[in-house]
Amino acid sequence: MREIIVNELTQAFQEMAREIAHYLPRLIVMLIIVLIGWWIAYVLKLVARSLLRLTKFSKLSENAGATQLLHQAALPSSTELVSRFVFWVAWVGFVLLGVNVLGIAGLQEYISRFFLFLPRMFVALVILFFGLVAASFFSRAALLAAVNANYRSSRLLSTVVRVLIIVFAFSMVFEELGVAEQTMLIAFATVFGAAMLGLAIAFGLGGQDLARKFLEKRLVQHNKEEREDELSPL
Amino acid sequence: MAEETLLSDDFLRQLINVGEVDIVVGLATHNNAKTIEPVLGAIQSGALKCFPRERVAIINADGGSQDGTTELVAKASIDDLWRESKVYALRTLHSISVPYARTPDPSKALQTILAAADLLRAKACVLISPESTTIEPDWLQRLVRPVYHDNFDLVCPIYTRQKFEGALVRDLLYPATRSIYGYRIREPYGSEFAISGRLVTDFLGRGIGNEDWGKMGPEISITIMAVTAKYRVCQSFLGTKAPSPRGAHDVVSVMRRTAGALFSSLDSNFPVWSVISGSENVPTFGTATEVEPEGARINRRRLLEMFSTGVAQLEPVLRSILSSSSLSELQRIAALGINEFDYPAELWAKTIFEFVASYHKSIINRDHIIQALIPLYRGRSLTFLTENRNGSAQNLQHREESLCADFERLKPYLLEVWADRK
Repeated sequence: MREIIVNELTQAFQEMAREIAHYLPRLIVMLIIVLIGWWIAYVLKLVARSLLRLTKFSKLSENAGATQLLHQAALPSSTELVSRFVFWVAWVGFVLLGVNVLGIAGLQEYISRFFLFLPRMFVALVILFFGLVAASFFSRAALLAAVNANYRSSRLLSTVVRVLIIVFAFSMVFEELGVAEQTMLIAFATVFGAAMLGLAIAFGLGGQDLARKFLEKRLVQHNKEEREDELSPL
Repeated sequence: MAEETLLSDDFLRQLINVGEVDIVVGLATHNNAKTIEPVLGAIQSGALKCFPRERVAIINADGGSQDGTTELVAKASIDDLWRESKVYALRTLHSISVPYARTPDPSKALQTILAAADLLRAKACVLISPESTTIEPDWLQRLVRPVYHDNFDLVCPIYTRQKFEGALVRDLLYPATRSIYGYRIREPYGSEFAISGRLVTDFLGRGIGNEDWGKMGPEISITIMAVTAKYRVCQSFLGTKAPSPRGAHDVVSVMRRTAGALFSSLDSNFPVWSVISGSENVPTFGTATEVEPEGARINRRRLLEMFSTGVAQLEPVLRSILSSSSLSELQRIAALGINEFDYPAELWAKTIFEFVASYHKSIINRDHIIQALIPLYRGRSLTFLTENRNGSAQNLQHREESLCADFERLKPYLLEVWADRK
């Protein structure tokens, strides 16, 4: 009886030692990958930061209105945020590679999914950034055009343009990420449709006089008379 | 080199048939049938009267006219004038019309005319606006003679204007170019001007017409190139400038072609203009005539409203362009009533220089910077209008000179904000 117990225990210890001997090199490899990965990610962060500073990314982000948004959300600057993002994506990638070396069944599928998701996330971020740039550019263009044409409510027009473009950009981002695709599509269509219908009703019914005056201004001589007030520049 | 890309085969054939000429008269047209005939008549009379021995060619670059402008140019025959006048040309006066594009493009039109002048080896090339209904035959002589006989390279015009015409030239273009480039050229953006053959060749050779500022404002780019490359520049009094029909100019596009081109030219010419202080006179031919009284009424309240609304609505845009002190001063002015309103010359000069620096640094989209200047220009125009409403021609000149002095005095401020890395 005693012998059996000792044998069983010895076998169990031997088994455990074998398992440890089997996993230990993999664990060491994983740790090496994670450490080297951290170092590479850190270097990538520095490179990304330098490149962004060199290309004056912060200025672009300021023009896009992204800096203002980040400031309001008490987040670091856009350059710092992007370089940190590069670090974390690279390091998490290495950590997952290391975990993959351990050969834990079931985890590998999630890891490959993560790597497949990365390009989509990158595209989504690019869409978001250019969406913000476009929103800033077109809302400013609308504001300037409206002010120079002496339209009232120029700011409102500019805000509407900005909001519509941002909503459109976010719907594209969510579609790219595959997050609540249908919901976002329906939400966007509803918001856009409601805004347009609201404007049409407000303009056509609520402001009949305004609509008439506006059309008269555009189509009849009235506008010419107003332009006559302008000094001849040349 | 330029000829190959700008001139069509058919146009080249016509030019080859003409051979070498002494003077090229360029007309850049687009639907100018209403005004082109008297202009052509004046050019032909001027050529017959003042340059009977010289070989003259009229080159019409047309930007897709649909009203028969090109036909009018083509059929305008020198024989008609021979019957009417007793002056006879000893040479043939050629008139060639070429469509350079289907839509008007001032830069391409100018380059087409200059390329033709270069190919024809013209000693002088004179540009005439097809809308200059007040043109007289003598204008040709006043523009060409300094190039042809006195060896000048660029002859800029000086016009007699109605009092409130040319507000942008008086308030911005003249003082800004004078203080920045150091030459007192009254009309840096002239509808009419003459240039020498060597300046034509150099302008085409340097490809300035293809640079941003050359494309934006071809007329002013010639003036800027001439002064920066130290060509011999002079001015000539022409006469009364045809008043533009009210509302004929789109202020935004005018601002792009003038201030936009001027601001854009400063990047590549920094080594030249940054060392200039003060300004010098340029030789001037002819005599000035009295300023004509203003006929049209201007709604001052509306100008004030456009300025005030612009300053209020564009506050976030102006905040990124102007210094906080200039912006708060503008906001203070915008709150004033029509009778107290005053946009001082010094603040205007500072405003322009801050716009120039922001344009250089591309703080925001460059075209947006130019557009943001328009409400402020309207405010300054209102002050100009108020100051000179009852003033004499002398008062007007005195105020112009005082404005230019402010611009020159503040040139170091321009260098300061230009270099500021903020």
